[in-house]
Amino acid sequence: MASLPAPLAAALPRTPRIRALATVLAVATAAIVPFALGADYLFGAVLVPILILSLAGLGLNILTGYAGQLSLGSAAFMAIGAFATYNIHLRVPGFTLLPAIVAGGFVSAGFGVLFGLPSLRVKGFYLIASTLAAQFFVPWALSQYGWFSNGSASGVITAPPLTLGGFDLDNPAGRYAFTLGVVAVLTLLARNLIDSPTGRAWMAVRDMDLAAAALGIPLGRAKLLAFAVSSFLLGIAGALWAFTYLGTVEPAGFDLDRSFQILFVIILGGLGSIRGNFLGAAFVVLLPVALSMIGGAIAGPSLDPALLENAQKVVFGALIIFFLVAEPDGLTKLLDRALPYPLELDRPDETPPAGVAANV
Amino acid sequence: MQFFLEVLVAGALSGVMYALVAIGFVLIYRASGVFNFAQGSMILFAALTFVNLVERGVPFWLAFGATLLLLIAAAFAIERFVLRPLSNGSVITLFLATLGLSYIFEGLSQIAWGAQVHALDLGISDDPVSVAGLSLSSFDIAATAIAGSLVVVLALVTGKTNLGLSLRAVAADPLAALSIGIRLDRVTVIAWSLAGFVALVAGLVWGARSGVQFSLSLIVLKALPVLIIGGFTSIGGVIVAGVLVGAGENLAAIYLGPTIGNGVEGWFAYILALVFLMARPTGLFGQRTWARI
Repeated sequence: MASLPAPLAAALPRTPRIRALATVLAVATAAIVPFALGADYLFGAVLVPILILSLAGLGLNILTGYAGQLSLGSAAFMAIGAFATYNIHLRVPGFTLLPAIVAGGFVSAGFGVLFGLPSLRVKGFYLIASTLAAQFFVPWALSQYGWFSNGSASGVITAPPLTLGGFDLDNPAGRYAFTLGVVAVLTLLARNLIDSPTGRAWMAVRDMDLAAAALGIPLGRAKLLAFAVSSFLLGIAGALWAFTYLGTVEPAGFDLDRSFQILFVIILGGLGSIRGNFLGAAFVVLLPVALSMIGGAIAGPSLDPALLENAQKVVFGALIIFFLVAEPDGLTKLLDRALPYPLELDRPDETPPAGVAANV
Repeated sequence: MQFFLEVLVAGALSGVMYALVAIGFVLIYRASGVFNFAQGSMILFAALTFVNLVERGVPFWLAFGATLLLLIAAAFAIERFVLRPLSNGSVITLFLATLGLSYIFEGLSQIAWGAQVHALDLGISDDPVSVAGLSLSSFDIAATAIAGSLVVVLALVTGKTNLGLSLRAVAADPLAALSIGIRLDRVTVIAWSLAGFVALVAGLVWGARSGVQFSLSLIVLKALPVLIIGGFTSIGGVIVAGVLVGAGENLAAIYLGPTIGNGVEGWFAYILALVFLMARPTGLFGQRTWARI
């Protein structure tokens, strides 16, 4: 768990070693430093939600940022992942939590393909009808039919104890380590997928679908695969949200506001960027904390919570517009400019290796 | 049969109220290609401002005018600080900017006017009346009349005047419109002001029916399927779609609800919209778009 395998740099031949090194360093830092600090609040209320929202952002980014299909239903697929994991773990013998989470991701991917089918015929904003249908139908169905939550009131599900291969991880540090492991592995896999011909096809579809079709890219397959991969990642993020972050969750927790939250992660972080998901998630989790601290410092303990909530809304809305105007490519671009040399972990296409550039 | 017809017509009439919300979207989409998610929170803002002015003793028409002036001022601010800097942005960027706008509108209106529910009396009674043997609500009929006359006025303004022509020119090709001397900024402000006016009317009608409260901004979610079925570019289309959605939703709630569970109306309209989209990918009356490589 300490870090990714050392020869990672050799496994990524097309990207400069410094980027791979930076990835290893980032994961190692995330794996070691919080344990040295050892504050449960930091794990439970800050780092775990940041990691999970990063994973959800990665899922949405694949669909919207890379494949260009706008979705307003991310939370629905998180809900499917969470409830599928819960039921598989509960009802299928032999499925411990980790395999159940992966299986839940596959169930979510299946529904992603189902709700992605209209994308074969419908383009642009009209497509939000499909993901919004998922957004309103899924939580309704999950709370309407008691089977999904094993008959509990209003569809609440409770996480089973978190164990992995005999280790008891049911404490803040353990839950953090488990989340970090899952998110790190999935991010690496997604990164490689985006760097493969599949990912190139997505970007071609995003930039101009007609041109992509003329180049021989099967549009339907590319779009549906994007829906599947995106929903797989969102489903796993939803399962983690339920089982390593909240502990108990109800379908109403995966409402439209959650979908918007994930949309903000990828806009603020950067559309079509992997690192941006982590930056955006950190921003989305930390901004409310910071705002209430600032509010508390100015107004003292008598601060009206309703006023604070509304002020947060205004600041949040203004920040979104500010970022869109000032830096449409998000926090990831800001970080690039702040760094003395390019350290991008993704978009290797912008700085192709010299040999490739010479051949073009 | 009598009951079926009453459910159908009552649904269709309330669907006109959805269309009232959706018209605001169409105005802005036609003039600037922006999908304005903030339309719902503009309704909340307009209704809250109006009702608070009236409660402080301002006469009806003065409050109406003052609220309208505020909305026009907002249109100027939005054009200057949001749309102009983003004029080269993609449609997704602009959509997300309006999502930010909706947060600002919601937050500001509640900071300014509080979160309590206000009753709004427009002097329209809500009694059952008998029309052609069907028992209907007089309020629904009045709301339909308001929406209908608004549609006629807007259809004339955008269809028969020079202003309407420049709105369409800007939507079709902003650069070409600029080069023949159309003021892009002015047209944008006018479109957003018109949408603000529609938001005010919709806010008053909805506020009179269900109270002026935060949930007004959620009407946007009811208007979206209407907009999708009608097509983003047609004012008449959203009226037809509103009637379809309202009637379908009411029928589903009454006849499907007992079998598959309550709350069907939360998602039914979206499934209906999907069915329509599979047949007509740009809505019933939406413009088909052509692309060239």
